[in-house]
Amino acid sequence: MSSLSLALRDSSTMLRRNLLHVRRYPSLTLNLLLSPIVLLLLFVYIFGDTMSAGMGGGGGDRSEYLAYLFPGILMLTIGGTTIGSAVSISMDMNEGIIARFRTMAIHCGSVLVGHVVGSVIQCAMSVGLVGAVAVAIGFRSEDATAVEWVLAFALVVLMSLALTWIAVGMGLSSPNAEAAGNNAMPLMILPLLSSAFVPVNTMPGWFRPVAEYQPFTPAIETLRGLLLGTGIGHNGWLAVAWCLGLSALGYVWSGSLFARDPK
Amino acid sequence: MPLSVMPTSVPHGSSAAVSATGLRKSYGDKTVLDGIDLHIPAGSVFALLGPNGAGKTTAVKILSTLISADDGQARVAGYDLAADPQGVRAAIGVTGQFSAVDGLITGEENMLLMADLHHLSKREGRRVTAELLERFDLTEAAKKPASTYSGGMKRRLDIAMTLVGDPRVIFLDEPTTGLDPRSRHNMWQIIRELVTGGVTVFLTTQYLEEADELADRIAVLHDGVIAAEGTADALKRIVPGGHVRLRFDDPAAYRSAAEALREVTRDDESLALHIPSDGSQRELRSLLDWLDAAGVEADELTVHTPDLDDVFFALTADRPGQTNQPNRPNRPDQPEEAAR
Repeated sequence: MSSLSLALRDSSTMLRRNLLHVRRYPSLTLNLLLSPIVLLLLFVYIFGDTMSAGMGGGGGDRSEYLAYLFPGILMLTIGGTTIGSAVSISMDMNEGIIARFRTMAIHCGSVLVGHVVGSVIQCAMSVGLVGAVAVAIGFRSEDATAVEWVLAFALVVLMSLALTWIAVGMGLSSPNAEAAGNNAMPLMILPLLSSAFVPVNTMPGWFRPVAEYQPFTPAIETLRGLLLGTGIGHNGWLAVAWCLGLSALGYVWSGSLFARDPK
Repeated sequence: MPLSVMPTSVPHGSSAAVSATGLRKSYGDKTVLDGIDLHIPAGSVFALLGPNGAGKTTAVKILSTLISADDGQARVAGYDLAADPQGVRAAIGVTGQFSAVDGLITGEENMLLMADLHHLSKREGRRVTAELLERFDLTEAAKKPASTYSGGMKRRLDIAMTLVGDPRVIFLDEPTTGLDPRSRHNMWQIIRELVTGGVTVFLTTQYLEEADELADRIAVLHDGVIAAEGTADALKRIVPGGHVRLRFDDPAAYRSAAEALREVTRDDESLALHIPSDGSQRELRSLLDWLDAAGVEADELTVHTPDLDDVFFALTADRPGQTNQPNRPNRPDQPEEAAR
């Protein structure tokens, strides 16, 4: 068997294992879905009137703010789901079965690849669920073409991949699941500090760099552009660059952490 | 008996399943293994015996490619550990000290996972899974999550998973630690069956009885070096003579007996005295006469011929001068008190 087909076969075996875990124990994933959905409902129904009054010179209604909020909530969903990935890989590393995998003649990267692909699939499913909630409460994208929808989905997947590799590194560098959950918190906090809830230009001046120079803002602005027809500008390339950069960083980091001798 | 079922991979000029020279490993400034040499013939059972912390698990981790040695060479199943770890991995099966099963999925799914990772066809995987689950008496529990299994069941599943790829060399790191006596005997039976199938078993244990029961050769690991190696009988010959053990219920009687008798070793914790003796009728009679004369009446008298415990304690005692006066304290790492 060639090394590529070995890698594919072992990785898909590991993927099946991880998906089986998710199917058997969906509570972790569902818990992580709770916060984006709660935030979505909170901002639309509780803060919605005030938030939309501040938009576009005032006079907007709740559905306008829902549309503004939607891309950010999707990113928040991805961030939250990847925290789950950090926790689950950290838990997994403390299981004896990983030691067993290491002493078997399998492709060395398959354990991590299985986790990463599993996490990206989870992210896509979570985004689908949260998206369905948004549609149920009135989100509509009127002028997005099929191509734009496909590009939006592609960005969601790319962002999931990037954040998952980072989360895997965070999980591998944490001694236990609790620490992994804490260490991965930035994945959920960063979107809160992005343009997810309010436009960057309404933020205090000293804070704007925090919102601007981070991966979520360009990704959110790109999604907005694709789904709502606002201007994308350089945000598209910026978002893709962030994703590729984070993926590469997370991949190298996780790979070297995994290659270390286990304790 | 054929030593290997795969003639192409038999290394020339060697029937050793495991051979190692000068294995060293240290963590920080703590030396765990300080130059280990091993030669284990194919098809035999080898037991690495030692107290907790002696480096047994480290040795298994190195030989099973889990961690790398700081120094030394080793070949496992004919493959060089450093140059061809994948070759080694393809030939070995490892059951670690802590159960290496996936608790979140069922026993059957664990087995099928192993079959997939060994690249068996679906049909073959199902056949092997059913066969091994049956053999290890797990068919009934096959559809339950492994996390709900008892300790003995987990170990059986663990070993069943290890056997999926038909390994030629099997590492078992303390396979019976934490098992009840019945499960322990079941495990021994399993290990014996493995060997009749021609595989080589590398076993670590802290139970001397276990090494005595199972192993063709035993090495005693102490402070990172092999203190002695040989068959159980050869090791027992290292320690001359047995002893008679006198146990007392009453501490006062124990103390006065200890003062009255001179050539004894004291075990204050269990109120017992050990008197060197070869266990012959003549010696026993003179010993009893001596006890009568000294007015000592023990509540229990037992005769011990030398066993691996004596060897073990003699070799792993912290005071090298005491090796010909075996003592059997409850805790070997505590220096025993000897009254002279």
